[in-house]
Amino acid sequence: MAHLTPMPVLEPVEDRTMILNMGPQHPSTHGVLRLILEIDGETVVRMMPDIGYLHTGIEKTCEAKFYQQVVPLTDRIDYLCPLTNNLCYCLAVEKLLGLEIPPKAQWMRVLLNELTRINSHLVWLGTHALDIGAMSVFLYCFREREDILRLFEMVSGQRMMTSYFRIGGLALEPPIGFFERARDFANRFPSKVDEYENLLTGNPIWMMRTKGVAKITAEDALALGASGPTLRGSGVDFDLRRDMPYSSYERFKFKVPISTDGDVFARYMCRVQELRESIAMVQQALDGMPEGPIKADAPKVVLPDREKMKTQMEALIYHFKIITEGFAVPAGEVYQAVESPRGEMGYYVVSDGTAKPYRVHMRAACLANLQTLPTMCEGRLIADVVAAIGSIDIVLGEIDR
Amino acid sequence: MPLPPAITDLEQLKSHPAIAKLLAWNPVAVEEARFDRDEISIYINRDFIRQACVLLRDNPECPFNFLSDVSCVDWLPQEPRFEVVYHLLSISNKERVRLKVRLDGGSPAVDSVTSIWPAANYFEREVYDLFGVRFTGHPYLRRLLMPEDWEGYPLRKDYPVEGYR
Repeated sequence: MAHLTPMPVLEPVEDRTMILNMGPQHPSTHGVLRLILEIDGETVVRMMPDIGYLHTGIEKTCEAKFYQQVVPLTDRIDYLCPLTNNLCYCLAVEKLLGLEIPPKAQWMRVLLNELTRINSHLVWLGTHALDIGAMSVFLYCFREREDILRLFEMVSGQRMMTSYFRIGGLALEPPIGFFERARDFANRFPSKVDEYENLLTGNPIWMMRTKGVAKITAEDALALGASGPTLRGSGVDFDLRRDMPYSSYERFKFKVPISTDGDVFARYMCRVQELRESIAMVQQALDGMPEGPIKADAPKVVLPDREKMKTQMEALIYHFKIITEGFAVPAGEVYQAVESPRGEMGYYVVSDGTAKPYRVHMRAACLANLQTLPTMCEGRLIADVVAAIGSIDIVLGEIDR
Repeated sequence: MPLPPAITDLEQLKSHPAIAKLLAWNPVAVEEARFDRDEISIYINRDFIRQACVLLRDNPECPFNFLSDVSCVDWLPQEPRFEVVYHLLSISNKERVRLKVRLDGGSPAVDSVTSIWPAANYFEREVYDLFGVRFTGHPYLRRLLMPEDWEGYPLRKDYPVEGYR
């Protein structure tokens, strides 16, 4: 049964147990997660996550910015998948505005989102394996991640905080040579996944540390709000990209890997197979990339081209107005969810008709996924806690916002 | 692409499974409904939110078995001032619905849904932390993100963006 009574773990309830503090400065808590454990010997009796060490008040800051100025803030929420955040926010505002996005921009968004997913999963795989003691996987993963970061740098000028999507399309045309570099990477990458799998999947030590560890049933995972690979590892076949498609995902062919075991190994297998599916989608996006504009035809919302600004009066006026006073968004509210590498990422944007959002709320997949941790870990060893934290792939920036 | 106008007439929205179910159960519970930008919002009377959630979760035709999110909006200086917003998802039917509860500004409180979806635990604590809305029946309603001894509720509209100096 799911963990229903989140009683505070402050004092040991029995004589034989003691309280152990883990984090916030701890190498395997993936940031600044603090766990308060009540332990009996090496067995965890109760657990309480303590969060908030990275709270920056981004939701409040958003209310003081123009709609376009919020995009760079969204990068900083989940810093391992900035483009997914950009996409989710832009889709929400585009839905509020009723904007139609040209096909090339949509396909570029899918292409970059799948690269982001690979990027995020590589960081997860490297650090997860490092936590459990497989040092070399980390180095392998970061070698390929470097290639992806170079691709991001090519399109956006930034390796990590890309802010490449704009409300209404993309910031810039992808540069000459980008697609060749991306295709080169997509051709090389499947053999690299084989390398990671050679190191881990059949490895007896890896299997002993992950199989049957930190189990969670599908009912518990659903009740606790888990999503993404954490939910699919327990056998619930749900992926927003396939089931509630956005940004042309319905045009792509891909399988949604699921596993029914619900343990650390199941979640590992889901993510590793997602790496293969994502690179196949990158291939499809490169093969079928449509031609055409990268920005919507909405002069009051989308910044004009530089060339037009120098030759057309209207373009110059619109540019000045968008930069100085933003653009008004019709009153209303929208909840837009996308499948981030960690699960359902949702943006709830409320507009009161002015140029600044009235409320921006981010539904953080990690926050809900973290709630499954006590259910996974109680009654198991402290060493399994480290494996469990790695397997739900948390990013504290997203949890605390 | 101009936006189609929002539909607010309850009669026209009766065919939606969630609204039909709620109206059949208790017409008093549904205060208002709104279909805008392909999303449905239902305003629920604050006294009925718990029962309405149970009803929607256990609805055999369209079970909303996944609580996506709980959030809040502060409409200062309007009264009722707060709107607590629940986003439900039906994984089998691929359907979303948004429930809303209006609360007065004086001492906002609403029933907790943690016993229906344990997922609400952190979501409700976050709303309590940042808006000061109390959730009666929550097993451990303490600040989640801000320090324990923090004064004020940062996401309220009368709280300055720079904080109190």
